[in-house]
Amino acid sequence: MRNADVLRFARDAAAGYPLRTALSVLAMAIGVAAVVVLTSLGDGARRYVVEQFSSLGSNLVIVLPGRSATGGFNPANAVTTTPRDLTVDDAAALQRLPSVRRVAPLAAGTSEINANGRLREALVAGTTSTYLEIRSFKMAQGQFLPVADWNRGAPVAVIGAKIQQEIFPGGSAVGELIRLGDRRLRIVGVLKSTGTGLGMNTDEVVFVPVGIAQAMFNTNTLFRILIEARSRDHIDAVKREVAGVLKSRHGDEEDVTVITQDAVLATFDKLLRALTAAVAGIAAISLAVAGILVMNVMLVAVTQRTGEIGLLKALGARGDTIRNAFMAEAAMLSLVGALTGYGLGLFGAFVLRQMYPVFPAYPPDWAVVAALVTALSTGLLFGIMPARRAARMDPVEALMKH
Amino acid sequence: MDLIRLAGIERVFHLGDSEVHALTQLDVAIEAGEYVAIMGPSGSGKSTLLNLLGLLDRPNAGTYHLEGRDVTTLSADEQAAVRSQRIGFIFQSFHLVPRLTAAENIALPMMLAGIAAGERAKRVTQALKDFGLDTRAEHRPDQLSGGQRQRVAIARATVMQPAVLLADEPTGNLDRATGDEVIRLLEELNQRGMTLIIVTHDQKIGARARRQLQMEDGALKSDTQSQSAAGQD
Repeated sequence: MRNADVLRFARDAAAGYPLRTALSVLAMAIGVAAVVVLTSLGDGARRYVVEQFSSLGSNLVIVLPGRSATGGFNPANAVTTTPRDLTVDDAAALQRLPSVRRVAPLAAGTSEINANGRLREALVAGTTSTYLEIRSFKMAQGQFLPVADWNRGAPVAVIGAKIQQEIFPGGSAVGELIRLGDRRLRIVGVLKSTGTGLGMNTDEVVFVPVGIAQAMFNTNTLFRILIEARSRDHIDAVKREVAGVLKSRHGDEEDVTVITQDAVLATFDKLLRALTAAVAGIAAISLAVAGILVMNVMLVAVTQRTGEIGLLKALGARGDTIRNAFMAEAAMLSLVGALTGYGLGLFGAFVLRQMYPVFPAYPPDWAVVAALVTALSTGLLFGIMPARRAARMDPVEALMKH
Repeated sequence: MDLIRLAGIERVFHLGDSEVHALTQLDVAIEAGEYVAIMGPSGSGKSTLLNLLGLLDRPNAGTYHLEGRDVTTLSADEQAAVRSQRIGFIFQSFHLVPRLTAAENIALPMMLAGIAAGERAKRVTQALKDFGLDTRAEHRPDQLSGGQRQRVAIARATVMQPAVLLADEPTGNLDRATGDEVIRLLEELNQRGMTLIIVTHDQKIGARARRQLQMEDGALKSDTQSQSAAGQD
C-alpha cells in the first residue's frame, strides 16, 4: 500500500466516526492548549518582572549601606555592627573609577509639600543631575536638576507626575514656588509618569539636590548610591572596584552591599523559568491523559472495525499495512488535536494579552515545541498497542464479526 | 496441471479439552476454469475448507498447492501477497466498507496492492461498467440495494484478476430473484475462464455447478460431476 493511500485511508477512517474522532481531537487539543496558555502565563510573568527591572535603567549597580545579612544571625555580624554611613564624598570618589560611567547619590526622607494652597506628604529624594540618565527617566516639563556642586545645591525641585496633577492640576508647574518642609524651592521640571521602581513610586516623589535634602533631614548619610557601568561587560568590574574603594574609605571594613540589577534579575528569571517549567509539566499530564484517550479511541476503533480488518486481510493486506493504517490514524488524531490545541492556546494567550495589556503572555518557543512533540509522541506511543492488535488479528475470526 | 491440489489436509480445532476435527484427510484437486459447489450441512467443514483455500487459515497437516506452488509453507506476508494477486473473495454479508463509496470499495484491493491511483481509476471505471454500476459509483453501501452491494463485492473480488473466486453463500442475504442474478453474474465470469468455487447449502444453487463436493463431518462424502451445463435453468 502506498504511503499516500495509507494516509487517505486513515483520514477517511477517522472521518467515518466523527464524534469519536472529535472527542479525542478535543482531548488532545485541550492538553496542548493548556500547556500553551499556562506557559504563556508563566513566561509572561517572567517577562513582566524582567521588564520592570529593566526599566530601572540599564547596567545599574546599586550600593546599600550595611552588609546584607543573609543567612540569619551570625557572630561576625554582631561584632561588626553599626556600619559606616555612605556619604556624598563616597559617591564622588566612585565617579573616578574607570568602569563607571555615572554616579548618582540618593538621600531620602519624607516631608510636607505646600504649594498653590494645597498640602500633602511627599517622599523627598535628594540626588544629582546624573540621576535622570541613570534611571532613564523622561521629562514632561522643564529640566531635571541642574549640574552643580554635589554638596551645595540650588533651591530647586523636580516633581513627579502625580504630585504635579494634585498640586497644580491642569497647569504648568515649572517656575512655581513650593514650600518643602522649611525650604522654599522653585520647580524646574516635572517628570513623565513612570510607575513604581526601586521601591518607590516615582510619580509621588519630589527630587531636590542632594545637599538640600541632607540639610533638610539634618544628616549626611545616603540611602543609596546608584552607579551606571560603562557597559554590560563592565558590571562585574564596577562591583569589584566599588567594593574595593568603599572598603578602603571605610577603614578596611566591608560595610556596604553592592547589588547589581543583573543578579536580582537573574534570580527572578531563574525562579520564574522554573515556575513556568513546573506549570508546563503539570499541563503535560493532560497530554498524557489525552494520549491514553487516543489509545482508548483506537482500541474501540479496532474492535468496531474487526470485520473490516478481516476483510482487508482477505483482500491481501499485510499485517504491517494494517498496523500502519491504524498508526497513521492515531497520529492524525494527535496531530490535528495538537495543532487545534496550539491554535486555541495562541488564542487564549491573545485573550489574556487583550485583558491585561501590560502582561506579555506569549508562549515560549520551547513550550510550544515540547507540547507538540509530546502530543504527537504520546499519540503514536499509545497508538502502537491498538495497531498491533489489529495487525495480529486472525482473519477468519475477524471476518465472522461483521 | 491442477489449479488447486489439496493432499492429506487436516484441520483440528481445540475447544477446551476436546479436539474437533473440522477436516480429516482431505484430498481434492480442482482444475483451472472449473465451477465447483461445496455443499453440506453446517459443521461439515465447508467453511473451514474455504478458509484454507483462501489462505485465511492454515491446515494442521497436509499440503496445498496453488498453481503448482506449495502455499502452506509461505510466511504470513507471502500468503497475503497470494491473496492479493490470485484469490478473490465474495462473502454472504458482502463485507463492503461502509464509509467508502462503491468505487472506493472496488479500488480497495488495488490500493492495498500498491497500484497507482491513475491505473486504479481506469480499472474501477471499467469494472463499474462491466457490472452495471456506472450510476452507483459514488454511492455508499447503505445507499445500495442488496443486489447492487453484492455486485460491488464481486467487482472488488475480480478487479485484481485472480485465478480463483471463492464465494461463501453469495446469495445467503439476497432474495431469490436477486440471488439468481448474482449467480448468473458469477457463472458468466466462470464462462470467461475464472475458476469459481461456491460454498452453499442451497441445493438449487449447488446443482447449477458442474461439480459438487458434498462434505460431511470434515470429509468428502461425494464428488460428482454434473451433466447439466452451467447457466442452464
